Amino acid sequence: MSRLGPALGTLLVTVVLVTALISLVWTPFDVEQLNIGNKLQSPDATHWLGTDHFGRDILSMLMVGARLSLAVAMVAVGIGVGLGVPLGLLAAASPGSLVDEFVMRLNDLVFAFPALVIAILITAIHGPGAINAIIAIGIFNVPVFARLTRGAALSLWTREFVMAARVAGKGAARISVEHILPNLANLLIVQATIQFSLGILAEAGLSYVGLGAQPPLPSWGRMLAESQTLISISPHVAVFPGLAIVVTVLGLNLLGDSLRDRLDPRLSHER
Amino acid sequence: MSYALRRLTSLLVTLVVASVVVFVVVEVVPGDPASYMLGLNASPDTVQALRTELGLDQTGVARWFDWVSGMLVGDFGVSYTYRTDVASMVVDRIAVSVPLALLALMLAVLIAFPAGLVAASRRGGVADTGVMGFTQIGIAIPNFWFAMLLVLVFSVHLRWFPSGGFPGWEAGLWPALKALTLPAIALALPQAAILARVLRSSLLDTLGEDYIRTARAKGLSSRAALWKHALRNAMIPVLTIVGLQFSFLLAGAIIIENVFYLPGLGRLVFQAITSRDLVVVESVVMLLVFAVVLVTYLVDLAYAWVDPRLRR
Repeated sequence: MSRLGPALGTLLVTVVLVTALISLVWTPFDVEQLNIGNKLQSPDATHWLGTDHFGRDILSMLMVGARLSLAVAMVAVGIGVGLGVPLGLLAAASPGSLVDEFVMRLNDLVFAFPALVIAILITAIHGPGAINAIIAIGIFNVPVFARLTRGAALSLWTREFVMAARVAGKGAARISVEHILPNLANLLIVQATIQFSLGILAEAGLSYVGLGAQPPLPSWGRMLAESQTLISISPHVAVFPGLAIVVTVLGLNLLGDSLRDRLDPRLSHER
Repeated sequence: MSYALRRLTSLLVTLVVASVVVFVVVEVVPGDPASYMLGLNASPDTVQALRTELGLDQTGVARWFDWVSGMLVGDFGVSYTYRTDVASMVVDRIAVSVPLALLALMLAVLIAFPAGLVAASRRGGVADTGVMGFTQIGIAIPNFWFAMLLVLVFSVHLRWFPSGGFPGWEAGLWPALKALTLPAIALALPQAAILARVLRSSLLDTLGEDYIRTARAKGLSSRAALWKHALRNAMIPVLTIVGLQFSFLLAGAIIIENVFYLPGLGRLVFQAITSRDLVVVESVVMLLVFAVVLVTYLVDLAYAWVDPRLRR
């Protein structure tokens, strides 16, 4: 497992990434092309993964869906890092100050809203959509990165090389960017991988309940929702989108685990 | 005690600020809630009637105060679509959601403990590799998809459990529990996988401690050291994770209720979104936030009680 994990993780993530990229230029069939006469076909030589209730090619839909899933999760992680890391650095630069207190209370507040609840609030007002899903998952990511950054930065501030930088006359902002941040990079990369895989799951969940991307944009979660009533007649319609999610999340988790082991040598012998 | 009080203060502050956020997002930002709820075809008279009913002629601050002070005494307002008071609807729905969440939590613990113990005590062995492999898959499976597969196998093919719906507790304990079994299993799987991993790594950490080595040196078998010393100390992080997972459990329950058409809080909030019933949406959201904040607070207290170093 320990040797298989990293290889399998890299393989799965690569397959999903490449599939998503290929879908930008080519898919076996047009995903918006309805062909009712050809509906619910089982997998065969023409339609490798079969067709759905509108006769659309499932493989093509999964390929385009991969693009959406990855994009939503990636931007949501970007929001989390982009807002959370500066907030965490700011709080750690003056521990116990008003700014620190404000950032921590803000974290508590956002932590009280699970991503799904944020999404419910946003969609109740602005209607469902991929952008709102991104915002909901992104907001949820902010305190995760803020907390992680603050905690790790606090201990870095007590280290000799930071003291040396202070003695040399560097200000808190410069030290945060030049000395603290580079030392946090490993930790942040590992956490980003974890949040990325959680984002994929969250996006699928949101589209499943109808709060994510809207038709005709194919999304894995909505494909599952649409297949729910068909599962007893054509199980393949429900099986493949689910497998796509599992493969992506599993790959990202395995990759995250192996990155953590490699980047944080203290952990490698423990787990 | 002062720690508990300090945490209680921050809990209250969080709740007050959260209520302001929910209120502002739902009632202030989108313009006029009354015309939003009634849609484009409503006559100006109807809109005005609803405006009066919702108290929209008052200032925002006054309405927020009415809303919050109402909730404090159990008055959650009147649902626009159902024409009943939200509090009684919520009570009915909680009678489904809370048993579902508790059942799932119980199942998760029942699966995770043996799995984590076996994996930690046979570290690196076949059982460990097997458990760890299964937990990786358990974490990666979306619970609503797992739920669909459960329905396919246990409802459609084997016909052991209903594929959805809830007969109500008045139909008897057994039919009600039967309706909640598959949803609870679907909810429990990812929780169990995470718990098993945390328990395993926490046990491995404690097994490396000096006092375990001392116990072993005094002649205790590795099994006895695991049961008598390591397990108790390894419980602290496990309990924390159980608490932290609560918001995921809650979010999961909202989705799973929709897979199985269970009349819980999750279905209520989605029906409310579809029918643009903002009164229900804001009250249920506030209730969910309250649940998360309360559980986090209780976990913090329990944690400080177990580990006095945290009471600072």
